[in-house]
Amino acid sequence: MSSQQFCTFLLDGHVFGTPVPKVQEVIQHQEMTRVPLAPEVVSGLINLRGQIVSAIDLRRRLGLEDRPEGQLPMNVVVRTNDGAVSLLVDEIGDVIEVDEETLESPPETLQGFAREVVQGVYKLSGRLLLALDIDRVVDLGDLNKPKANREF
Amino acid sequence: MDDIVKDFLIESYENLDRLDRELVKLESDPSSKELLASIFRTIHTIKGSCGFLGFARLEKLAHAGENLLSRLRDGKLTLSEELTSALLATVDAIRRMLAAIEASGQDGEEDYTSLIERLTALQGEAHPPQDSPPPTATPEKARSSPTSAPAINDVKLDDPSKIGGLLLERGQVRREDLALALEKQEVGRKRIGEILIDQGAVKPEDVMAAQQLLEARNPETPAETIRVGVNLLDRLMNLVGELVLARNQLLQFSNSLQDAGFQAVSQRLNLIATELQEEVMKTRMQPIGNVWNKFPRTVRDLAISCSKEVRLDMEGQDTELDRTIIEAIKDPLTHLVRNCIDHGIEASEARKQAGKLPTGILKLRAFHEGGQVNIEISDDGAGLNGERIRRKAVERGLVSTQQAARMPDRDVFNMIFLPGFSTAEKVTNVSGRGVGMDVVKTNVEKIGGTVDVQSTAGQGTTVKIKIPLTLAIIPALMVTSGRERFAIPQVSLLELVRLESGESTKGIEMVHGAPVYRLRGRLLPLVYLNRELQLAQESMHLKQDHAANIVVVQADGCEFGVVVDEITDTEEIVVKPLGKQLKGITAYSGATIMGDGRVALILDILGLAQRAQVISVRDSALADTVQEKNVVKEEAARDRQTLLVVQCGEHGRMAIPLSLVARLEEFPSSAIEMAGPQEVMQYRGQIMPLIRLSRVIAGVSRETPTPAPGTQLQVVVYSEAGHSVGLVVDRIVDIVEEKLVVQTPAQRRGVLGSSVVQKRVTDLLDVPGVVREVIPAFAESHGSN
Repeated sequence: MSSQQFCTFLLDGHVFGTPVPKVQEVIQHQEMTRVPLAPEVVSGLINLRGQIVSAIDLRRRLGLEDRPEGQLPMNVVVRTNDGAVSLLVDEIGDVIEVDEETLESPPETLQGFAREVVQGVYKLSGRLLLALDIDRVVDLGDLNKPKANREF
Repeated sequence: MDDIVKDFLIESYENLDRLDRELVKLESDPSSKELLASIFRTIHTIKGSCGFLGFARLEKLAHAGENLLSRLRDGKLTLSEELTSALLATVDAIRRMLAAIEASGQDGEEDYTSLIERLTALQGEAHPPQDSPPPTATPEKARSSPTSAPAINDVKLDDPSKIGGLLLERGQVRREDLALALEKQEVGRKRIGEILIDQGAVKPEDVMAAQQLLEARNPETPAETIRVGVNLLDRLMNLVGELVLARNQLLQFSNSLQDAGFQAVSQRLNLIATELQEEVMKTRMQPIGNVWNKFPRTVRDLAISCSKEVRLDMEGQDTELDRTIIEAIKDPLTHLVRNCIDHGIEASEARKQAGKLPTGILKLRAFHEGGQVNIEISDDGAGLNGERIRRKAVERGLVSTQQAARMPDRDVFNMIFLPGFSTAEKVTNVSGRGVGMDVVKTNVEKIGGTVDVQSTAGQGTTVKIKIPLTLAIIPALMVTSGRERFAIPQVSLLELVRLESGESTKGIEMVHGAPVYRLRGRLLPLVYLNRELQLAQESMHLKQDHAANIVVVQADGCEFGVVVDEITDTEEIVVKPLGKQLKGITAYSGATIMGDGRVALILDILGLAQRAQVISVRDSALADTVQEKNVVKEEAARDRQTLLVVQCGEHGRMAIPLSLVARLEEFPSSAIEMAGPQEVMQYRGQIMPLIRLSRVIAGVSRETPTPAPGTQLQVVVYSEAGHSVGLVVDRIVDIVEEKLVVQTPAQRRGVLGSSVVQKRVTDLLDVPGVVREVIPAFAESHGSN
């Protein structure tokens, strides 16, 4: 197979994407219940038709700047090995057919955690699509000591 | 994997479990033909299926087992312990092979040649049948049948659960004819009834009647049950949970909408949803017998390896529990059963010396009570050795020698649930390593249950477990703190205390920076939920002098107060798990969806207590681990006693141990009636005699005028054997916790002595003495009914 469909979304001006089959649904901003003591990247819990789903702020997860005040994020609900998780993004983009030929490994300049979760870069006309490793993104194991366990 | 193999696995696992049970049963009843036949059939089925599916090694082993069984069935061998063990080993080996098939699709690499040899060798050993008659046809019977029928037909002949046997039993067919028909059936595939009718050996209407009788006898045989995947049931349960939530939202909506038609419909929906929820809950219920079924085998094997004789009694196998709870208690129960045999029940010799029957009895009992399931595991063994536990506790530095000596036995026994606490003199491979009992306790508490142990030296030990019926839907108290809503499961709830503004600053004190509240004279450590969860600091109760709500909870035997902003309501909530991202936070046990569709977190009280280190508040310097602190803390509390201080007469300051007080009541004096010379009143459906303490104690003359009508009487209710008596006092002064040192011996009647309570001399009232003095026949005269 030389091409596959990607669901794309915007974060701080960058285009990120994940293969369409990973995405369960995209929903409007939902009211969230904050989880005290949770790692900062977990924005809260949403009620997805009776199922309780954790919402992860992708900007924070990727070490980007916080979303400007007043801008409501969208939910991209993805399927993971541990059930559904919602990723908070700035905007939803199109579903794009990408050619595997245009894939390149992430540039060396990509720093920090983003380097670990960006599987590759697709060169689209005029912009770059960063392909995310969703299972890696939702695994917060690297934040092993969440705030919760800090002594004080 | 093929569906057909999957079905084979499921069926075979069930068959093997049954084999375990039946073999153990057979050992105690070796002459039972039905049991033998059933065991033979089961092994035969397994052998047949695996031959069909091409598992040759498995087939070979099953075949060896079958051969041995057929010798048993034919009466050529009688069952011995050795035989049973070999057969059970076969069952285990088959189970391992099935596991291998499940994992790899192949029947495994393990070598069973020696087991097969063992089975074959046992076949050869002709154990001549001894005292019991062989479970097979007598020669006369065999001769009487025209074509000496093989033994299996004899089993079938006499089996009244088969139509032939039933006809024979009712005398409607001759034995010869039946044997002939059975033979014909071996060849063809016709039903026995039809063959008999064809032979003219029986009247068709007799066959019909027998058939109907059989169906009535075995009501479970018709296919009224179907196999449903557990996943499907869980999914159903989730959907019903969602339906309940949607219903809650709809009800809120319909209440705000003044539409009679809509309200009627939503009420109907409400009822249906509730009923549906109950029914679906039932589908997840399983009898506890499903777990217990494994125990006869466990008990047998263990008893043999410990060289003890143990009989297992089970009562209440039908008691039903939620599937998830059954899973959770499986291991703790197994551990307790093993413990009973390994440590509880003595060897036969020791039992004889103690004047007991050589066979020890291990009893499992389950029953429903008050919305909870009670499980008791008791043995009639030697009981716990209180002295040894005390010594061990002192050795391990859990308590001081003096404390240990003063501890009541009950508390001493419960120390066996502390981590690393084993009193077994020698460590066996069964138990005694000191892991286990604490795991039992942790696992039971994890599902909201409690464990308690009682023991009498020389008579045995009983472990009592109480667990909730279900975990999926639980009653919870909703609270808010820092503008967030939380649910506190009602199982951990003890009481609610509200401090009005003004009181809160007065009531909450600080001990080295840790907030405590005096609850009936006892210091209750406090946890501010908003601080613990690092919520917004705008919480109201932080402002000085504002009302505060304390939710008094209990976790791991430790009480503490959770300070919240508001207590909203109690609700039935559907527990939902948190995502993996949040699993590390011990403060929550899950989340739920509220009537308004929003998510609320469920607090894990145990986790919260550990997080807040509440347990360390009282004596942080004394001990290192949580458990040790617990013991020391309880010990410290035991020195002190909670006393009710009352005033009777001008100088009669009396103290009554609070443990003797059933209730404190206030009645109008008009409630007093007379029964003969005795003042009485109606109280909770009983006639309760009243004793005016001041008249008895203070020596005030009996002519003291009764207070004017309309005044309130302060009554301390004392209960004994279901009967109450009211002690009328002038005033209830306080409830205090004091170290009680009786300094001067009794100088007045009804008084045990004097002590200093709250820096004032106070008499300690002898409540039972006073009651007996005024009403000599109290409790005894009523006791009989």
